[in-house]
Amino acid sequence: MQKALQYPGTSRVDHQLIAEMVEPGSRVLDVGCGDGALLQLLAETKNTDGRGVELSREKVNACVMRGLSVIQGDADRDLADYPDQAFDYAILSLTIQATRQPKTVLENLLRIGHRAIVSFPNFGHWRIRTELLFTGRMPRTRNLPEPWYTTADAHLCTIKDFVDLVALIDAEVEQAVAFNTSGQRLPIRKSISLQNLLGEKAVFLLRKRGAG
Amino acid sequence: MSVPPNFANTDTGSGSRQRLTEANNPSSKVLRLPQDQPLRLACDQLLAPISIAYETYGELNADKSNAILVCHALTGDQYVASEHPVTKKPGWWSTLVGPGKPVDTNRYFVICSNILGGCMGSTGPASIDPATGKPYGLNFPVITIGDMVNAQVRLIDHFGIDQLFSVVGGSMGGMQVLEWAASHSERVFSAVPIATAPRHSSQNIAFHEVGRQAVMADPDWCGGDYHSHGKVPRNGLSVARMAAHITYLSEDALHHKFGRNLQNRSQLTFSFNADFQVESYLRHQGSTFVDRFDANSYLYITRAMDYFDLGASRGDVLANAFRGTKTRFCVVSFTSDWLYPTRESRAIVHALNAVAANVSFVEIDSDKGHDAFLLKEPEFFATIHGFLSSAGVKRGLKV
Repeated sequence: MQKALQYPGTSRVDHQLIAEMVEPGSRVLDVGCGDGALLQLLAETKNTDGRGVELSREKVNACVMRGLSVIQGDADRDLADYPDQAFDYAILSLTIQATRQPKTVLENLLRIGHRAIVSFPNFGHWRIRTELLFTGRMPRTRNLPEPWYTTADAHLCTIKDFVDLVALIDAEVEQAVAFNTSGQRLPIRKSISLQNLLGEKAVFLLRKRGAG
Repeated sequence: MSVPPNFANTDTGSGSRQRLTEANNPSSKVLRLPQDQPLRLACDQLLAPISIAYETYGELNADKSNAILVCHALTGDQYVASEHPVTKKPGWWSTLVGPGKPVDTNRYFVICSNILGGCMGSTGPASIDPATGKPYGLNFPVITIGDMVNAQVRLIDHFGIDQLFSVVGGSMGGMQVLEWAASHSERVFSAVPIATAPRHSSQNIAFHEVGRQAVMADPDWCGGDYHSHGKVPRNGLSVARMAAHITYLSEDALHHKFGRNLQNRSQLTFSFNADFQVESYLRHQGSTFVDRFDANSYLYITRAMDYFDLGASRGDVLANAFRGTKTRFCVVSFTSDWLYPTRESRAIVHALNAVAANVSFVEIDSDKGHDAFLLKEPEFFATIHGFLSSAGVKRGLKV
């Protein structure tokens, strides 16, 4: 569960959108919370009761020094400990592609949280498609700079793949937003195919099917 | 370091007398609970009268919301941030506790009491048994971490404090923190268990047993009645301390500090003298410990630690100890601590996660072993400061 991807200058946009999705005063678990920027943003703007899980010891310590409730842990290993529906939102920001068991992690998120918010880099973006088409090699872009043999992103997926997985685990999409390479929200709401082609990353708000 | 040539000398008297004085008339403040306010112990015995020796630092605020209870470890005492009356050394956690320190006595009211079973003024085996007029010795009942905490509860009641702002402690102090959080959770706003475990491991019990056997094998122990015979089991207690001290360090720490360096000599002496610095260091640790600590107390306190198992009485499910807790936790471990390794802290964190408790957990990188929690580790101090400050905001304490 390493945060292998860095989106220079755009992470705030990602966070802003998540902050818009979260109801004020809710309980939030941020899995892969990094330096705690999102938790802090949510606490300040939405008065949330936030907890974080982070793999990097240095980042965990930085979070706790800042007064955030964060534990050193791993999405693959530690989510199983949490009880059902303990949080209003379980957030996994740009991390799912680096987990060993994305399906299990997503199921756990939807078990722990009433809703899950998941963001990920979209491997269906046209630049990645064309690079694979023309070079015949694993695409390496500004945002996916690591070669295949060192990247922690073992489970990259497209927006369409992700939507399939959501259906497979009996969950539904409440909201899906795609961002372009400049970190701007794409004004596409209806067409998954277009989001998949033009979105460089996506943020999904999910809930279990039939849940209120 | 200066080392006495022979650690195994007989007790000269002054150290022994001062120990007994401190055990019954401590230099610190004392809360004395009379015969009609006994403490019911885990062994079902009633203990009375009871003395609880303690020190305080800082000022209790008007609504009594800024009190921090610091719990000491096996050989600690109430002098957390003030000079030890016997050794004249600074308080054992004076780097962490004091004005402007992470546990800031300008802001918080810090209470630290000598544990039940201790030998620095709280009732323990070196205290005079009112029934006989002699030290309890082995007539003292076997106590538990829970008993120690129940004695502390009396002290907190004495101050009229409904809820402690925080309970902080390392090693056995951390066990007390966990016991407070589990058995008196509504009275604990935040809890900081450091370098500790939810139960004593088989290996930990094994080390303690070696220490106890060393004490009891010393003929000067006199079946626990050494006070009456004017003796002190110096050799036994020294060896116990030497063995225990090794477990507080790490191999790296020992190697960096001593290596195979020789002590004040240029070559091996082909004898059993302390040729190596590490031997000399351990003998010194053993010898100075005997001057300030009661051998029977050592037996009783190590036993209490061995008996500690927070989940055992709760259906063997550790999470049950924390169900419904509103306490904010900050769990801390150290990478090179093999006595209370990180996995023990992780077990506490897992149990807290299972009840969706508010928990922070940091593992501090240090090569100092278990002792790291007593040392000035900047990352550790920043963690404590950050956690307490944010908890203070939640508690509504003035910044």
